[in-house]
Amino acid sequence: MFFKTIGELVAYAEKERVTIGQVVLEKQGIQLEKSKEDIFRQMGAHYRVMKEASWQGINHPAKSLSGLVGHDGKKVMNRVTNGQSILGRFVGKVVARSLAVGEVNAAMGKIVAAPTAGSCGVLPACLLSVEEEFNVSEEKIVEGLLTAAGIGLIIAKNASISGAEGGCQAECGSAAAMAAAAMVEILGGTPSQAAHATAISLKNILGLVCDPVAGLVEVPCVKRNAMAAINALTAAEMALAGVESVIPVDEVISAMKEVGEALPASLKETAQGGLANTPTARKLEKELLK
Amino acid sequence: MGLNIFDIIGPVMIGPSSSHTAGAVRIGRIAGVILGEPVKKAKIFLHGSFAQTYKGHGTNLALVAGLLGYDTDNPKIKQALIEADNQGMEVEFIPANLGSGFHPNTAKLVLTGASGNTTTVTGASVGGGNIVITQINQFKVDISGDYHALIVSHEDKPGAIAKVTALLAEDGVNVAEMKVSREQKGDLAMMVIETDQEVSSEILAKIHHLSLTSSAIMVKPI
Repeated sequence: MFFKTIGELVAYAEKERVTIGQVVLEKQGIQLEKSKEDIFRQMGAHYRVMKEASWQGINHPAKSLSGLVGHDGKKVMNRVTNGQSILGRFVGKVVARSLAVGEVNAAMGKIVAAPTAGSCGVLPACLLSVEEEFNVSEEKIVEGLLTAAGIGLIIAKNASISGAEGGCQAECGSAAAMAAAAMVEILGGTPSQAAHATAISLKNILGLVCDPVAGLVEVPCVKRNAMAAINALTAAEMALAGVESVIPVDEVISAMKEVGEALPASLKETAQGGLANTPTARKLEKELLK
Repeated sequence: MGLNIFDIIGPVMIGPSSSHTAGAVRIGRIAGVILGEPVKKAKIFLHGSFAQTYKGHGTNLALVAGLLGYDTDNPKIKQALIEADNQGMEVEFIPANLGSGFHPNTAKLVLTGASGNTTTVTGASVGGGNIVITQINQFKVDISGDYHALIVSHEDKPGAIAKVTALLAEDGVNVAEMKVSREQKGDLAMMVIETDQEVSSEILAKIHHLSLTSSAIMVKPI
């Protein structure tokens, strides 16, 4: 049995003087009846799929089946490499890569659901860019993925990671929370700081609806991955500086569940409300169904 | 088994949607195994959200990729229709309303094999790449694809189930879940036994040749 709350997970990690990632490795090894080495190897393999997807999306961009998305990650990356990015090199790359991985997914490329396919760009964009910019070892990044997975596991149990159940806050929001916690631990923050980063990023995205145009994982999903990645960076930055969430993380997760339940069905992946119900979306939908 | 970290960071899959793409591959894959021979002709009825969005999500490509035996992370899924054509597999997609009792992401596959055998398999993609096979021919079933599943067609007579489970016990196979469905009392029936271990080919052959059984198929976790 894994921890019921992030509070319990953090308390355990701080008592044992280890990272959340290391606790997740130990506890999941027992649940999965696998050695720590096996789990580390499998997570490492997932990280390499993430890297490949990012590389593919930037260097060999493709259009989705509907033609609605594609090539935007490369456009942003071009500005970054030309030194024009208003976000600066590091953050510019995070935006470019989150778009690129989302586009690879939309074009039927190979990705890692993290936690879902619709939100698959956030973790790769953040972690690849941190590895590159801060000269962190791949091993440390994979440990960060374990941190992210542990946080995601508790969010999935206590709220939801499905857009159909909880709206986009459950998908892109959870992805941002997971990425924020991972980055905090990778860059030397404490388990408690990782929990604050999780809380801050979830609070900032609370209530975001899931309203995909024509029901496809394309518009607005791909661009929301970029927004969620920036949200993760902002939350990690605050937490590493010692900024704390006034509302404890587990209460934020409960609030997210409550908000998700309160959202009408039309705003939970049914393509009936929000952007999916705009005149342009309806026109596109009609054309795509022909 | 409960969620684990590889349900959160994972699965590795071909996009764009775990339910409309990855789940569809798994439904196709299991349907193909149940047919038990290469598919010559596939008539695929798409229900609910599958009917509405199958082109944009590549659900059609994914179902056929499954019939071709591909895994959910095979980059060739995108070319599945071309490959099916190369292999002489005839495929037809029909958006349909199967009725109110069906999950919105349901596909019904009417498959004809190289030898002329026809099997109808209905399955739903219930989220996150998880699936349920709900019907095989006239029988209601419940197969998740997460376990080994033994599918046995038999006569609805006393002792049929006991003989099959006795053979499983002999093989050291533990039953996780089991469901029996019949046309009517004393008629044809089907048992689906989800097991923790794979059933050996010798035991499978023994089950197949029992006096009350007419077929036995083993579906591996997909």
